[in-house]
Amino acid sequence: MTWASVSARDLSGEGLADACTSCHGLGGRSQGYIPPIAGVGKTTLLRQLKAFRSQSVQATIMNRIARAYTDSELEALADYFSAAPRL
Amino acid sequence: MTMLTRRKFIIGSAATAAPLFGRAFAAAAAPKIVVIGGGFGGASLARYLRRHDPRLSITLIERDARYTTCPGSNGVLGGLYPLSQISFTYAQVKASGVDVINEEALRIEPAAKTVALASGQTVKFDYLVVSPGIDFMWSSIQGYSEQAAEIMPHAWKAGPQTSLLRRQLESMRDGGLVVIGVPAMPYRCPPGPYERASLIAYYLMAHKPKSKIIILDASDSFIKQDLFMEAWNRLYPGKIEWVPGSKSGKVMSVDTSTLTVSTGFDDYKAAVANIIPAQRAGGIAVRAGLDQGTGYCEIDPVTFESRVHKRIYVLGDATIAGEMPKSGFSANAQAKTCGRAILADIGGKVASPAKLLNICYSTADPNYAFSIVDAFALKDGTLRLTFDDNRTTPLGASDDEHRREAQSARSWYANITAEMFG
Repeated sequence: MTWASVSARDLSGEGLADACTSCHGLGGRSQGYIPPIAGVGKTTLLRQLKAFRSQSVQATIMNRIARAYTDSELEALADYFSAAPRL
Repeated sequence: MTMLTRRKFIIGSAATAAPLFGRAFAAAAAPKIVVIGGGFGGASLARYLRRHDPRLSITLIERDARYTTCPGSNGVLGGLYPLSQISFTYAQVKASGVDVINEEALRIEPAAKTVALASGQTVKFDYLVVSPGIDFMWSSIQGYSEQAAEIMPHAWKAGPQTSLLRRQLESMRDGGLVVIGVPAMPYRCPPGPYERASLIAYYLMAHKPKSKIIILDASDSFIKQDLFMEAWNRLYPGKIEWVPGSKSGKVMSVDTSTLTVSTGFDDYKAAVANIIPAQRAGGIAVRAGLDQGTGYCEIDPVTFESRVHKRIYVLGDATIAGEMPKSGFSANAQAKTCGRAILADIGGKVASPAKLLNICYSTADPNYAFSIVDAFALKDGTLRLTFDDNRTTPLGASDDEHRREAQSARSWYANITAEMFG
């Protein structure tokens, strides 16, 4: 595998997910009160994220954050974290 | 993807003629990335690149052997936990395969692509990331200086200054006045002075009930102001007085021999004086001209590359990053964005714009916190907030909501510091 092909791999879900790990932990494996999201089913994650965005489920801060993301971005995030190993 | 160790990779690349890198690099050497500053920007960047490609050569230059985080340092002042709880070594950074040089970086030579160290040694780079934090502009307050800060601590770089201010609070007589002097924007951690007042008040309530806090502020408003005021009314009524700039709040001069803080209109006789001076980008960035004489460094909002030199990047408090505040969270988010851009450049690709977050918890007591949530995206050539409304915890939130925010704040701290130092 060449260097270029390593760097050129699709980072869209991972790139978006970088913003999440500051709170949810590396790979979504959070310590403490903030929920771990690694390996949670994609459907569950996506439903939850959309519920935050539509304000139909109340969370501490996720209702505010989810507004920054489009449908396809939420789907990419759900894809990425559902595939992340729980360890 | 095959994960080669660096040693195997170097041996392997010498043995094969096939070019492993994109257009910018010849076959033989792994690109050498040098990072100046091991805080929220620099340590996050070094770890990010190491996690994404074990073949890169990554060197982190950091003056201090231990890093004490500014986030969490107000809790030390309030007596919630000791300083050791917010201090980290670079042991895990080293163990991950980053070369850590515990020395001060003195000078950047952009043409030669080298960094000169205090020892006289020079370090060569292909990519340089400068994340030096802030330096103080001592002359912004008459009578203040680095020496004066040993009597009137700023405690705006966490570490010995935090411990000094804590000791002063502990030995202060009951009834003594605590003065906090806040500079004009921009400065590191805009809500920090008000969280500090809150957690010092928490300590005073239990141990020095006759003491009060006065905040002398150069500004007329501050971030999360209504939430801080609500918390102060609920938790510390009558304990904290805030004097805005328009009411002569700006600290003009200090006298360390009498512990007097002057605004030009009033003199305040302090028992403990916490004087936060004006700030600019860390000295090495200024000496390299990365600030173009303005005090802070303009960057490309997609890559965080300096506007002055190609392949020299700037992160964190030293930057002007559109509407992003100077915070540890911002620096960490910028580090990951910059890391992606460097990986793209190595591969001969163009980085695409990222969405960045800044989430900032302020703690008013161990069970009472509130937050602001900012999302940033590229707009009109700069990083702008994607929404302006409902960014904070609502006013009138329940005790339970404030408790959950306090738990979230602790969990955030554990996770973000693990990303850097774990």
